[in-house]
Amino acid sequence: MDAALLSRLQFALTAAFHYLYPPLSIGLGLCLVVMETMWLKTKNEHYRAMTRFWGKIFGLTFAIGVASGIVLEFEFGTNWERYSRYVGDVFGSALAAEGIFAFFLESGFLAIVLFGWRRVRPGTHWFATLMVCLGAHFSALWIIVANSWMQTPAGFHIVDGPNGPRAEITNFWAVVFNPSSLDRLSHTLVGAWSAGAFLLISVGAWYLLKKRDEAFAKSSIKVGLSVALAASLLSLYTGSRSAELVAEHQPTKLAAMEGHFDAHAPAAMYIFGWVDETAGKTHGLAIPGMLSWLVSGDTTTPIKGLDAFPKEDRPPANLTFQGYHLMISIGMALIAIAIVGMIGWSRGWLWNWRPFLWVLVVAVLLPQIANQIGWMTAEVGRQPWIVWGLMRTNEGLSTVVSAGSVLASLLLFTLVYLLLFFVFIYMLNHKIQHGPEDVHSEEYETFRKGFDAMMLNRKPQPKEGK
Amino acid sequence: MDLATIWYFLIGVLLAGYAILDGFDLGVGTLHLLHKGDTARRISLNSIGPVWDGNEVWLVTGGGALFAAFPEVYATVFSGFYLALILLLFALIFRAVAIEMRSKQPMPWWRSFWDWSFSLASMVAPLLFGVALGNMVMGIPLDSSHNYAGTFFSLLNPYALLMGVTTVALFAMHGAIYLLMKTEGAVHDEVRRWVKPAMLAFIVCYVALTFASVLFVPHIGEALRERPWLWVLALLSILTMADIPREISKKRDRRAFLASMGTIALMMALFAGGMFPYLVLSNPDVAQSLTTANAASSEKTLFIMLVIALIGMPMVLAYTISIYWIFRGKVKLSSTSY
Ligand code: HDD
Ligand code: HEM
Ligand code: HEM
Repeated sequence: MDAALLSRLQFALTAAFHYLYPPLSIGLGLCLVVMETMWLKTKNEHYRAMTRFWGKIFGLTFAIGVASGIVLEFEFGTNWERYSRYVGDVFGSALAAEGIFAFFLESGFLAIVLFGWRRVRPGTHWFATLMVCLGAHFSALWIIVANSWMQTPAGFHIVDGPNGPRAEITNFWAVVFNPSSLDRLSHTLVGAWSAGAFLLISVGAWYLLKKRDEAFAKSSIKVGLSVALAASLLSLYTGSRSAELVAEHQPTKLAAMEGHFDAHAPAAMYIFGWVDETAGKTHGLAIPGMLSWLVSGDTTTPIKGLDAFPKEDRPPANLTFQGYHLMISIGMALIAIAIVGMIGWSRGWLWNWRPFLWVLVVAVLLPQIANQIGWMTAEVGRQPWIVWGLMRTNEGLSTVVSAGSVLASLLLFTLVYLLLFFVFIYMLNHKIQHGPEDVHSEEYETFRKGFDAMMLNRKPQPKEGK
Repeated sequence: MDLATIWYFLIGVLLAGYAILDGFDLGVGTLHLLHKGDTARRISLNSIGPVWDGNEVWLVTGGGALFAAFPEVYATVFSGFYLALILLLFALIFRAVAIEMRSKQPMPWWRSFWDWSFSLASMVAPLLFGVALGNMVMGIPLDSSHNYAGTFFSLLNPYALLMGVTTVALFAMHGAIYLLMKTEGAVHDEVRRWVKPAMLAFIVCYVALTFASVLFVPHIGEALRERPWLWVLALLSILTMADIPREISKKRDRRAFLASMGTIALMMALFAGGMFPYLVLSNPDVAQSLTTANAASSEKTLFIMLVIALIGMPMVLAYTISIYWIFRGKVKLSSTSY
């Protein structure tokens, strides 16, 4: 195997692994803000117990998100050295901004959220939660800006630098607001909210099935469902905006996503199908003219198919097609689940209709899968470009790193990430089994009294260690 | 001063911030296995519990800033030191996960697995930082496209290894002093017994390193002749270093910690001042070196980054300081602890 393929595999593995956790942090971050606000408003102890429980789960996903994120930060330099030299002038600032504006914020205030319960007032704690949530969203913002620039580059020109040609910034705001960044950011964020919200719903439904912690479970499901409904409807809207952008800026990607080969014909939209890349045909169930209609509002407008492009400019079509279609199916399923759940909540049968509760338990996997394959669609569909239209993926590769080294690191990453994944699942399961604090327990009572005494009297807390 | 020079020193500030802050986390980790008993080990973990992640962000941000300001350096160093860097990443991964996981399960095998991970990772990371620094001081072979022309094993030369061991000892001392501030009772007394050996180890390494530098790294002597103000830095660093044992013996732990922070800062300043304008010195072919002139991004990018830093860093400093303030005082274990 050559270094190019191995490096691509390694990037895919490390990015995909990282992306199991940030969506949960982003989504849970939002839900935590909702819960803690509810607590401050209603003074209902269940909301405080909820904030504490989900805060701990947040801590767990955050830890692995951080551990896996640091790899990506350096991987551009290790495996994509020529890419880094070529675009560092433009691409690097987004990464630096992410550190300064997002990571410091999130990691700093998380300390207060997790360990600060008895050291700061409730208002301050709420503020810290809000900052953690903002920090997670800012991480997404800057990294999506960086990635979107690779998809739809803007605001730069190619200059003969001290070491040969390279991209240099001409307009910072054009880089930040490149044609796809806002739409992709909003689509990614709502996808992340789905991931967090469905985790809340899933755990809540499981407690209901086990007939334990029912008050907690219902509140979690209520917060979760509200966020999930909004997020899944917004996924559809922002996703179709993204598709329009792809149609405009990345015609080969769009053709691959839809399995459309014909160079000058109107395009159908497949409900499902199989792309035969060698024969240049797609088999499956299709609505004729539908894609043309979506892109232009007219079922007869021709859409450039893959045949219009030379072979070496085409992305792997079937992978892109399948990823895209599975994402849409999951998106529709999530909308359906959220709507049915809302109806059940308002009618009251949600809490004891066991088959549907089981659906809710399993549904936690759906947004995770959609997030993964959504990225697969976007990134595989970008091939053969590492920066769209500007640099090919194999031109971005490091020259001095041997295939053997990459193979070694890839194997190690695979092993270590498997280990981490099992540890994560094990600990998550452990925390869920253990459950939230019982608000009537003695331990909780001591916690609450100490906390309330501290803020009611507004006395500074007794200095520790004196 | 041109923008590239400003960024040379700003990246120095970020990395010095990292060394000072995460340095004590790594030092606490290095000493971790010396603690006997579960409670002592939990206290050790919780002394850095709320802050270590924020400290690590200094490295992440330093990496991002290096990418943006000096992409050539980012590309050369990380691809050239590929295996060493991957090793470093694994160390940082295991450290992060070990801190989070260790105390979450009661089984002895679980705890000792994560204790060992935490401690080994905390030793490997500074060792690799030091080895990298040592190679930067000596210079590494670069070819005409600025790519590293050596091998993984040529990085492990005696001088670089000595620098690695010195870094481990420095952080161990720094961490021990931090623990003195954060602990009380039996754990505190125990840590006090470790401080002296740690200081001694660091000073012995430091003296050896100084001799080795004078003997084997000729351009250090040149830099000292060309920039006499470096002597002032060197003198200051020796004075702050000498202040550490003095404060320790008077049991003024906080001042000892300040002196230890100062020592690290001055050593980094000495390094940056001695190397300037080289970011990566090419040895033997000096002409291929990466300098502030040929490795920097465009003026425009450097300016934008400066604006970002000027907006961002004051905020970062403000809440970093408030968080250290909120978590001041001795460690007490509670239901939210690790
Ligand atoms: C819960 C997650 C989730 C769900 C339900 C959906 N998506 Fe999605 N999608 C993502 C999560 C996601 C993502 C992981 O966030 C991606 C990857 C890259 C990106 O920008 O967002 C993405 C990418 C992505 C792209 C490619 C953007 C690009 O290449 O620049 C398109 C066209 C869509 N989506 C369209 C849709 C449509 C029409 C959906 C119908 C409901 C949909 N997505 C549901
Ligand atoms: C976290 C979610 C992400 C996932 C799951 C993901 C997935 C992938 C996959 C599957 C590939 C391999 C594509 C191929 O070679 O066929 C890839 C490549 C790559 N991605 Fe991503 N990606 C993610 C985010 C990002 C972001 C945010 C950036 C940039 C800021 C990025 C930059 C790259 C680069 C540089 C490559 C290697 C070059 C290439 O293969 O084109 N990725 N990613
Ligand atoms: C492939 C490019 C990426 C790089 C280089 C990268 C880099 C990093 C780094 C270095 C960290 C650790 C920060 C710390 O120490 O606190 C991190 C964490 C994080 N990243 Fe990424 N990341 C990438 C992709 C993404 C994407 C696509 C998203 C979201 C859309 C994201 C969101 C987050 C969040 C929210 C965190 C905080 C940790 C957590 O909540 O799990 N990252 N990332």
